[in-house]
Amino acid sequence: MTFQNRGNKATKTGFGEGLLEAGRLNPDVICLGADITASVGCDLFANALPDRFFSMGIAEQNCVGVAAGLALEGKIPVFSTYGVFAALRCADQIRVSVCYNNLHVVIGGAHAGVSVGPDGATHQALEDIGIMRVLPNMTVISPCDATQTRTATLAAILRHKGPVYIRFGREPMPDFTNVADEFLIGKAQVLRPGEDLTIIATGHLVWEAIQASYLLEMQGIHARVINMHTIKPIDKAAIFTAALETGAIVTAEEHQILTGMGSAVAEAIVSQCPVPMEFIGMPDRFGESGTPHELMDKFGLTARAIAEASLKVFARKKGVV
Amino acid sequence: MRFQRINDHDQLKTIAKSVRKSVITSLSAAGSGHLGGSLGLADIFTFLYFNIMNHDPADPTWKGRDRMILSIGHVAPVLYATLAHAGYFSIDELVTLRKLGSRLQGHPGRDHGLPGLELSAGSLGQGLSVAVGMALAGRIDQSDHNVYCILGDGELQEGSVWEAAMAAAHHKLGNLCAIVDRNGVQIDGCTEKVMAIEPLADKWSSFGWQVFTCDGNDFGELADVFAKISPDRKRPSVIIAKTVMGKGITAIEGDYRWHGKAPAREQAIEFIKEIDS
Repeated sequence: MTFQNRGNKATKTGFGEGLLEAGRLNPDVICLGADITASVGCDLFANALPDRFFSMGIAEQNCVGVAAGLALEGKIPVFSTYGVFAALRCADQIRVSVCYNNLHVVIGGAHAGVSVGPDGATHQALEDIGIMRVLPNMTVISPCDATQTRTATLAAILRHKGPVYIRFGREPMPDFTNVADEFLIGKAQVLRPGEDLTIIATGHLVWEAIQASYLLEMQGIHARVINMHTIKPIDKAAIFTAALETGAIVTAEEHQILTGMGSAVAEAIVSQCPVPMEFIGMPDRFGESGTPHELMDKFGLTARAIAEASLKVFARKKGVV
Repeated sequence: MRFQRINDHDQLKTIAKSVRKSVITSLSAAGSGHLGGSLGLADIFTFLYFNIMNHDPADPTWKGRDRMILSIGHVAPVLYATLAHAGYFSIDELVTLRKLGSRLQGHPGRDHGLPGLELSAGSLGQGLSVAVGMALAGRIDQSDHNVYCILGDGELQEGSVWEAAMAAAHHKLGNLCAIVDRNGVQIDGCTEKVMAIEPLADKWSSFGWQVFTCDGNDFGELADVFAKISPDRKRPSVIIAKTVMGKGITAIEGDYRWHGKAPAREQAIEFIKEIDS
């Protein structure tokens, strides 16, 4: 299987397109704005369906409560802001008003990862997966490209019931998944077959994982590539199968290694079939300013770094190290 | 109106007395909980559920009902006692308060299936935002029901309350009425000493709300103030209701130490005797 980049496109654009489509399909969909409407992908909806867009100002905690109130009344509220604010400033509101009440509120987490670039550490969401996945009743989705973000957004809004967090980025990145693919929440996608090891990636790093598998192939190593687009509930079956069939795992994400998708994979693996693992992600530090690609490179969130980690884990599996 | 409105103040007083006794009994059985605020609010709850609100205990999720969001989840005992008296569930169940497996959680929890409960709440500063969302939905649906939200005075120190206040006025939610339990005390002492919130009426007014003040332990004043609310339905209303923490029990009235305390069995018997006398 090979993958072609149809052209770079920001995942936030996919979110905006999915949101608008969902809004057109279901009159109960309501969008709440927290000032940064265009920057978090809500401008398409706001312009096309102004009667169902409500401006709430720079007041994220209130936004979450308002969304809970709308959901209690049978509306489907979508609230999007930067992931740092959604997950951290509003953590208590999301925990009590949304998750404890188990309400279908869709929370968009924009500006995921260091690929936000020059804005620097304050605006680069690197802890949101950890915060969100620890909350009972919460579903956490992290699609890999703009096309998948669109279908994931439609699924989160129209097919899902209950609290859901969907994470996306700002920088245009390769858009490569099949447009016709259905998005199944909780069902990981095996993008490339392989038996020597498995690379499990999420978000922007799925493309890098695929590139890493090509690099490894040149050395005769066949890496399976899994797109873990749903981090909670995590697809344990796909993880167990990968661990049993390939015996080594590398996880890759644009998030802190602590509490991230890799942690979720490790939690699953140690309970059933422990195998050597390596983690690609932020090593317990803040990001900084720079261009997206400079930062991805600096923090080792690249195909090359994933390939190196793969060689390391493969050697551990073979008992060489 | 599905629920028979009671206008006679003597009858309302009798109900409020019974609600107070249930609060005392349930807290005593639980061995922990918040007595002071629950007793102080007994008259407001009685007035809302037996005179003001349109609701139906036989059909708790009836679409046309008025909603009551309790933001200060710690006074759950008075909510539970009032719901039971209104007929949502048996009064006998009140003694299960805070016990394992009970539908009467320490702070309201909808996941336990108690009828009449609109919101799981208890982390201060969140209820008004939820009420704003419900009021917004009511307006989108062109429904004529109202949304009431009970806030604590100490709770107003939470910044998110003012985010919600701003949003309610901005979106002209005339179907929303907040009631501030102005008993003047919080866990550490007087609100004005812990973190001053006065001038309170001016604050709400400057946020674009219609402001009313009344004695929240007086049915006459409550009736007057509710009669005045929002004829144009274009602005949210707030009632700053002055109440006495521990109202009805002379020994504890106004004593902030009873904010988060439950009476021992002997005390409970004494308190109930005073209410009956």
